[in-house]
Amino acid sequence: MGIWLLRRLGQIIPTLLILSVLIFGLQQLMPGDPALILAGEERGDPQVLAEIRAELLLDRPLWQQYLAWLGRVLTGDFGFSWRIRMPVAQLILEKLPVTLQLALMAFVIAVLIGVPLGIVSAVWKDRPVDWAANGAALAGISTPNFWLGIMLILLFSVQLGWLPPSGYVSLFEDPWQSLATTIMPAFVLGNSIAGVLMRHTRAAMLTALSQDYVRTARAKGLTERMVVVKHALRNALIPVVTLGTIELGRLLAGAVLTEQIFTIPGFGKLIVDAVFNRDYPVVQGVVMATALIFVLLSLLADLLYMAINPRLRAS
Amino acid sequence: MSSTLDKLRQAAAPPPAPPPPPKTPPRPSQDSPGRRAIRRFARHRLAMLGLVIVTLFVLVAILAPLIAPYDPVATSWARIRKAPSSAFWFGTDENGRDVLSRVIWGARASLMAGIVSVAAAIGLGVPFGLWAGLAGGWTDAVISRVADAMLSVPFLILAIALAAFLGPALENAMLAIAISATPIFVRLARGMALEAKATDWVEAARALGNPPWRTALRHVLPNIVPPLLVQGTLAIAEAIIAEASLSFLGLGQQPPSPSWGSMLNAAQRFLTQAPWMAIYPGLAIFLVVLAFNLVGDGLRDALDPRSDKNK
Repeated sequence: MGIWLLRRLGQIIPTLLILSVLIFGLQQLMPGDPALILAGEERGDPQVLAEIRAELLLDRPLWQQYLAWLGRVLTGDFGFSWRIRMPVAQLILEKLPVTLQLALMAFVIAVLIGVPLGIVSAVWKDRPVDWAANGAALAGISTPNFWLGIMLILLFSVQLGWLPPSGYVSLFEDPWQSLATTIMPAFVLGNSIAGVLMRHTRAAMLTALSQDYVRTARAKGLTERMVVVKHALRNALIPVVTLGTIELGRLLAGAVLTEQIFTIPGFGKLIVDAVFNRDYPVVQGVVMATALIFVLLSLLADLLYMAINPRLRAS
Repeated sequence: MSSTLDKLRQAAAPPPAPPPPPKTPPRPSQDSPGRRAIRRFARHRLAMLGLVIVTLFVLVAILAPLIAPYDPVATSWARIRKAPSSAFWFGTDENGRDVLSRVIWGARASLMAGIVSVAAAIGLGVPFGLWAGLAGGWTDAVISRVADAMLSVPFLILAIALAAFLGPALENAMLAIAISATPIFVRLARGMALEAKATDWVEAARALGNPPWRTALRHVLPNIVPPLLVQGTLAIAEAIIAEASLSFLGLGQQPPSPSWGSMLNAAQRFLTQAPWMAIYPGLAIFLVVLAFNLVGDGLRDALDPRSDKNK
């Protein structure tokens, strides 16, 4: 177990290092001189430009810039936002809880829709229930997130007036209002992975239902309900849990547009605003943070897989 | 329409399989794996429906100048945000432009972005994947780690970051999507190359002294066509959503040129007064993405006989 973890980390570290090179390299794609952007009004003054270049090490060779940047990133310093003079790391930490609340609500919604649909469609394979569940999953996967968001606003905010179309209230400020502002975006986000979870669950259930132990369970006269719930489902959930953990990372990407539509001041809106303001340190910081979260989630998925699968626990 | 259909069918057919082991009697020619795959695909009613919808959208995109009732960029102060009517089936937008004509022209940006960026991703990813798989060692380690690194950033976030640094334009959005989609194809091709490397016929080809590139081209590439076709079709669906997302954020097609994503962006500001502006472009994205997903699922079922078991 300890050795396994070390080997896994041995894979993760080079991956993250290469990613840091790629993210640093993004800067080179940028048209124009960052010093000019930063100087703003004073862009005519060569003195100011030289100072900015020296401060950002823009006058040094590329590899020195990279090493200096990497050194700071490793100590948790992602630099300063060009727009709002604030450390990028602090900005990210400020916005992350909002997105986390959204992502967790979305995940609960996705599990509540995806897993039961996957189970019924596997149990009643090739019946109308199965077709309907498959159709729903496919429709869910094919719906663009942001369009679903706009349509929900149209229905629930514009037509019915039940829910606020945009904005965010913190859970600690007013739990009810917080729920009202996040339920639509959470549903939109959840919908995007509910279909994927449904397909995973269905495939895992079909595999489990064709196993010998399920046949044995049936043969010894257990009710179908017992067979499905106690024998098939418990085994089928193992891959679903791991795959679901990885899908949680994809919610971060989904949050970008969803937060934009519902004007929720989270992680996703942070990157979009940064893109519009040409605030490149924030863009780089957000991408790096996303990758870190994603890599940690897949590590967590592996650990969960071992934790819930008794056959793997011993080794 | 039938010509497109035939083309896709031909493309769907995997190349001739490796010579069958001597034990099995030679199959009758009409029962080749390729033909069986085509028959399975043609029987797949939903996949055929998807193919019909995709073909329709392709035709709409190609024939846009002929079938669009109005000029997609012509503004008119006299007809701002008019509800759908017999003159303007999908209504008009905030500048008095015909929404139907813009949806028709928008098909061009969407389909082009989807197909071109995935083609570029395949063109970039497959050679690297084959190289990594066949060469092994350090080459493989470096290429695989770079692919891993890119895959550790969610597709859309990577595309947004790339598009942000490249600057807002449809070509840049396509490039960003292509780069973001490349690692999937690197992985796919690498996996298939590793699988093929273990087979007897590749062993034999190498033993006969074929150079590695020839082995890759003649013996590995044909075998990865079926999975590539499946993955490629599904990737087009994802790329179309990505293009719409980037255009929605203002990072793709620039106004006034019509694209479904930017139309939705404009529509959001007039949701109370002109909901039709939001409904139709989104419906178009949904339909074309659904169609590509249906074709992709159908191809998977048709090309992978093993998937029948779980179906």
